[in-house]
Amino acid sequence: MSTRRPPKLRDDVVTLAHGAGGKATRNLVEGLFVPAFANPLLAPLGDSAVLDVGGARIAFTTDSSVVKPLFFAGGDIGDLAVNGTVNDLAAAGARPVALSAGFVIEEGFAVADLRRIAASMAAAAARVGVPVATGDTKVVERGNADGLYITTAGVGVVPAGLELGPHRVRPGDRVLVSGTIGDHGMAVMVARGDLQLEVDLASDTAPVHELTQALLALGEEVRWLRDPTRGGLATALNELAQAANLAVVLDEGSLPVRPEVVGTCEILGIDPLYVASEGRIVAVVSAEACEAALVALQAHPLGAGAAVVGEIRSEPQGFVLLDTSFGGSRIVDMLVGDPLPRIC
Amino acid sequence: MRFVDEFRSGELARKLIHELEGLVEAGRTLKFMEVCGGHTHAIYKHGIEDLVPAEIDFVHGPGCPVCVIPMGRVDDAIALAERPEVIFTTFGDMLRVPGGRGSLLEAKARGADVRMVYSPLDALELARRNPDREVIFFAIGFETTAPATAVTLLRARAERLPNFSAFCNHVTIGPPLEAILSSPGVRLDGFIAPGHVSTVIGTRAYDFIVDNYRKPVVVTAFEPIDILHATVLLVRQLREGRCEVENQYTRVVRRDGNPRAIAALAETMELRDTFEWRGLGWIPDSALKLRAEFAEWDAEARFEVPGARIDDPKACQCGEVLIGAIKPWECKVFGTACTPERPIGTCMVSSEGACAAYYNYGRLAERRDPVPA
Repeated sequence: MSTRRPPKLRDDVVTLAHGAGGKATRNLVEGLFVPAFANPLLAPLGDSAVLDVGGARIAFTTDSSVVKPLFFAGGDIGDLAVNGTVNDLAAAGARPVALSAGFVIEEGFAVADLRRIAASMAAAAARVGVPVATGDTKVVERGNADGLYITTAGVGVVPAGLELGPHRVRPGDRVLVSGTIGDHGMAVMVARGDLQLEVDLASDTAPVHELTQALLALGEEVRWLRDPTRGGLATALNELAQAANLAVVLDEGSLPVRPEVVGTCEILGIDPLYVASEGRIVAVVSAEACEAALVALQAHPLGAGAAVVGEIRSEPQGFVLLDTSFGGSRIVDMLVGDPLPRIC
Repeated sequence: MRFVDEFRSGELARKLIHELEGLVEAGRTLKFMEVCGGHTHAIYKHGIEDLVPAEIDFVHGPGCPVCVIPMGRVDDAIALAERPEVIFTTFGDMLRVPGGRGSLLEAKARGADVRMVYSPLDALELARRNPDREVIFFAIGFETTAPATAVTLLRARAERLPNFSAFCNHVTIGPPLEAILSSPGVRLDGFIAPGHVSTVIGTRAYDFIVDNYRKPVVVTAFEPIDILHATVLLVRQLREGRCEVENQYTRVVRRDGNPRAIAALAETMELRDTFEWRGLGWIPDSALKLRAEFAEWDAEARFEVPGARIDDPKACQCGEVLIGAIKPWECKVFGTACTPERPIGTCMVSSEGACAAYYNYGRLAERRDPVPA
């Protein structure tokens, strides 16, 4: 495991950068929350904590949705909240069992909108076959909460013997993604309307639990899973590289990115590698199982666009590199700052 | 994607690199300054430094509009933003730039109404929609972005919009190049001149480099193939003993630039006597201010601006990076005290700054063996 020193939080106030999922978020989480709550379940900072309860292994996770606008092409805050938590469980290798939902609602919020969002959550939960088993409702004065915030939590069952994590990743392993990257982040940015761009783009929000189940059928050849949300593929893989003390080398030409996402990012000066997906999974599998993993992903409708995008190397430790289509090579660092606020 | 992929073709790149390999003299280093931060960014993003022959050395110039704003002006901006009646609008990449007392992003977190816009016209629209507030636009950039500010000011005047103003920090590209060329100890063999700024000012703006300093210039677009092509053109000029302003960006740039943009600039703005550049110090006639006729829309005329003056941090060696005297990683604080999250110097503050580009994309390339000059 990495011997990296924990980051320090040196800021006086919280800025939007602390919520962007990149370096500032890491400093906040590891510099403030982790020391405050210090315990072995939290320490791995995975998508879910995995606990032993009476012999069973339970994955436990939580996720808040503050997306703006609440409705966007391809989804809304409701299915985003359900899928986000389902995917955090799935990335831990778990089968989702039950969800909770907490609502912070602004005074004056239209009941018709709330009804529509609840229906969307119900449909997303039904698609996974998981009940929203408990919940909480709070209303705050007008001017707070910007309409609606939703916090979901979830529990799932992790199969006996399953072990995923950075410590299982080896040089030579391959990196796969289950589909195009950055669709969600750019769809929300476009839906916000202040860019005045007309782009045919929809969020990819979807549950990835069937994709992860298909991969887990390959057994211990599957090393590590992550859903690349805030901070995008680049941030997810940087966290892996640092935790595993290995290098991740991506091949730019193999990265699945929609031309609409490439174009929108090009105009805004944003790198799609840092833009969130909400219905994708990143997997590291052994070289031997790579082809089988790709076939397994592509056999599912949500994985039709899956691709092998890179491999694990021993050097340079802790770095993500990108071999450019142009023939060069560069570092892909973690996200600094916040190009896209409040996309999830 | 069409019109982008063609200019990132690995096959074309190999041809150009092969040509370069045939043109350079083994062991003789050629130092080319890419003036514009967009070029610096592209060089690192596509890994161009590692592809060209070791004899080619890119020196990263002062053309990053965010990086050159001095810390005092950032503090002035924050003072304006903190006024309760003000909606302060800025391009996103100015948000994180630190002044003497934090950044606009931190001022926003403390309660200032700071909003990111993509165009000064968005700020104008905010002013129309918020007649009870004062909307100030943080106008920064070279002659590339200045015409957009000029057009916005002309519209504000045409509409007699009373609650819009610009905090003008526009700068011009010629004077800092002149300052670099005339500073002692500088050794440059040619210039990769900026593309977008040249769409406005034209290629004739660089004649002084050829006439007075005898250095070849190639006005260059921003894709990696463009930069390789420009490098080939520069080496060819040197090999053939020519010294000219060449135009590689013929798809957009004209010798006389854009007369309408120049006219809009002339109508709304004039040269300041002097302006402070982060890392380079005070340079005469290097920046623009609003003309007296536009005082109603000039934030500096309408509001009290502290006029803060803050020295660049002592540990910072940005000035030496900007004239090519040292490489980013040779600075004492690079990557340790000075990082993109907590920049000390100008070159680390924006993704187009040489140090930030190097830190983000190229930290491993420093292992590349230096070639004796």
